[in-house]
Amino acid sequence: MAQILFYAFALFTLACAVGVVVNKNAVNAAMCLLLALVGVAGLFVQLDAYLLAFLLLLVYAGAVVALFLFIVMLLDTKDTASRGFRKVSTFASVFALGLLATGVSAFALRGRLTTPNPNLAAAVGTDLKHYAYQLFTTYLLPVQVIGFLLLIAMLGVIVLSKRWEGLDDIK
Amino acid sequence: MTTATLNDYVLLSAVLFAIGFFGVLLRRNTLVIFMSLELMLVASTLALVAFSRFNGTMDGNVFVFFILTVAAAEVAVGLAIIVALFRKRHTVQVDELNTLKN
Repeated sequence: MAQILFYAFALFTLACAVGVVVNKNAVNAAMCLLLALVGVAGLFVQLDAYLLAFLLLLVYAGAVVALFLFIVMLLDTKDTASRGFRKVSTFASVFALGLLATGVSAFALRGRLTTPNPNLAAAVGTDLKHYAYQLFTTYLLPVQVIGFLLLIAMLGVIVLSKRWEGLDDIK
Repeated sequence: MTTATLNDYVLLSAVLFAIGFFGVLLRRNTLVIFMSLELMLVASTLALVAFSRFNGTMDGNVFVFFILTVAAAEVAVGLAIIVALFRKRHTVQVDELNTLKN
C-alpha cells in the first residue's frame, strides 16, 4: 500500500515538474509548481516528516507560489516562446540528458545504499518537541543567523523596490 | 510505514533536480527560470529528508527547516530584483538582457 502511494506521489510530482518546464504560460507553470510542491509534501508525509510537509505547504505552496503568481500577473509579460532554443542550450541539454540517463540507469540498476531497516528504526522528529529542542540547543546559532538573514532580506527588498530619485535617468 | 527504499527516494530527487536544471537551461522567461530553481531546491530537500529518515536521525530535517527559511527570503529578494529589472528594461526575457555581453 505504502509502495503504491510512493509511486503515485512520485509520478504526480514528476509530471507536475515537467509541466513547470514545458508550459508556455507562466501562470500555468506556477500552478504546476504548486501541484509539484503538494506532491513533495505527500512524500514528506510518507517519510514521517509531518511538520516539514505542513511547512512546505504553508511557506512554499502558500506564500512563495502566491508571490510568483502576483509577480507574473503584475509584469504581464508577452508570450515570446515561439522562437526556438539557442544552439548552445540545445547542445548542452542533449549532452546533460545523456549524462543524466547514464547516471540514473547506473544508479537504478546497481546502486545499493546500505541503510538500517527503516521500519525497525523509530522515526525521530515526528513531534514538534524534538524540533524545538534541537533548534534551541544544537542549532541555536544557526537560528539567530537565519533571523538576521531574514532581516537583511527584508531591508534588501525595501531598498530594491524603492524608487530612487534621479537614478531612473541613468540608462 | 516506509516500504519504498532509500534508493527510490534518492533517484526521485535526482530526476526532480534534473527537471529543474533543464528548466533553467532551456527556458528564457526569468520567472520560469526562477521557478525551476525552486524546484531544484525542493528536490535537494527531499533527498535530505529521505537520508535523515533512513538513518534514524533528525539533523537533515532541521537542515530542511533552515533551507525553507532561506528559500523564502531568496524568493522575496529575487522577485524584487526581477521587478526592478522589468521597470528598467521592460522585459524579463533573458536573451534581451544582454547589456554586459558586448
